[in-house]
Amino acid sequence: MDNTEYLRPSNLKELSQIMAGHKDRATVIAGGTNLIPQMRNGGKSPELIVDIGDIQDFSFIMEDDGFISIGAATTIAEIASSDIVSTFSSILASSARELGNPLIRNRATIGGNLANASPCADTALPLLALDAVIRILSPGDKTRDVVLNNFFHGYRFTDLGKGEIITRIIFPKPDDETTGSQIKIGLRNAAAISVASIAVMLTMEGKICRKARIAAGSVAPIPMRVSRVEQLLENQEISTTLLEQCKAIMKKEISPISDIRGSAEYRSYVTAVILERNIQRALS
Amino acid sequence: MKKYTIHLTVNGEKHTLEVYPNALLLNVIREDIGLTGTKYACGTGQCGACTVEVNGEPVLGCMTLAVAVDGAEIKTIEGLAQPDGTLDPLQEAFLDTNAVQCGFCTSGMILIGKDLLNKNPSPSESEIRNHIKGNLCRCTGYNGITRAILKCSK
Repeated sequence: MDNTEYLRPSNLKELSQIMAGHKDRATVIAGGTNLIPQMRNGGKSPELIVDIGDIQDFSFIMEDDGFISIGAATTIAEIASSDIVSTFSSILASSARELGNPLIRNRATIGGNLANASPCADTALPLLALDAVIRILSPGDKTRDVVLNNFFHGYRFTDLGKGEIITRIIFPKPDDETTGSQIKIGLRNAAAISVASIAVMLTMEGKICRKARIAAGSVAPIPMRVSRVEQLLENQEISTTLLEQCKAIMKKEISPISDIRGSAEYRSYVTAVILERNIQRALS
Repeated sequence: MKKYTIHLTVNGEKHTLEVYPNALLLNVIREDIGLTGTKYACGTGQCGACTVEVNGEPVLGCMTLAVAVDGAEIKTIEGLAQPDGTLDPLQEAFLDTNAVQCGFCTSGMILIGKDLLNKNPSPSESEIRNHIKGNLCRCTGYNGITRAILKCSK
């Protein structure tokens, strides 16, 4: 580590001034639970750390006018224990409960999980299945919204430009006919980077599936929606035959690799298993 | 690299410290302040031996920059017993249930156990085992630790 500076703005005005002056050299953190390991092992050497963890405007969970909004610096622990989240997006609550361990969750934030853009990002999957939108603050105090499905461009490469910060995540409240399920396969019960994971949201009209959202993690360079499986399910009765077709298509749509946590073959196999299990759970 | 001046209240005592921006809270507590009850074990955020409380919430000392908690109230294991030395009931329970072998995980286990009991005064065994998932023990097999926390469950 050569020379690192650290600034912790206490409000939006201070943040704006810092980013105006330093947008090209700032590394933004909230909890820091991704950056610190990257500084220690991965040799990351940020010139300037800008810590937004104290800015109250970024830490909230709100239910408003048909939408749920969550501030980017809201901790994973707050999300895991929030009544609003468990009522309106139980798959986000249960994914949050499986991220890291209780101690990490007290510092890690939802914005950090998305900005870090690991293909295994635990909160990315339920948010993709919930049709989430990210609000981004750009230098010059401009804001823009990006659909989460368009946010991940490649391996750990997002739509964030220099000096841009995620400020909040927004998704529409699911209606009464919509249910979901998520499963994460990990090698241990906590602090597990997922081997394969899927989140599913289904809107049913009687026996017919009107809308399907399927998100898969750790089986591609990015957390991804599996649109071809969604299209197969929509406007159909979900029979055993259809499920088998979905599993076969799923295996073609993903591109898992073999690494220390598992082989590509295993990932391919287990992704299909948890797809089926999630759909069955969502329907039951 | 220049140092930063920070203020930490640790177990009720105010400290003014000069720290590098990349200094970990864990090392500042152990080396600058001299409280070695909090342990440096894995240093990668997986074992929980470095558990400390920051503004009432247990966090990993090895995953927290000292500069990031400037102004915070910190509690370490040394701050749990009464000033006159009377042990917290959870500390007594750890002594009663064979919850300690080498003792390296113990300070973290007690703090996370205390955190659970503060949030849920009557945890079940499975709630206890779930809450200590971020704290590893290489010696005891977790049964004594779980029994200790369960002993304090109403």
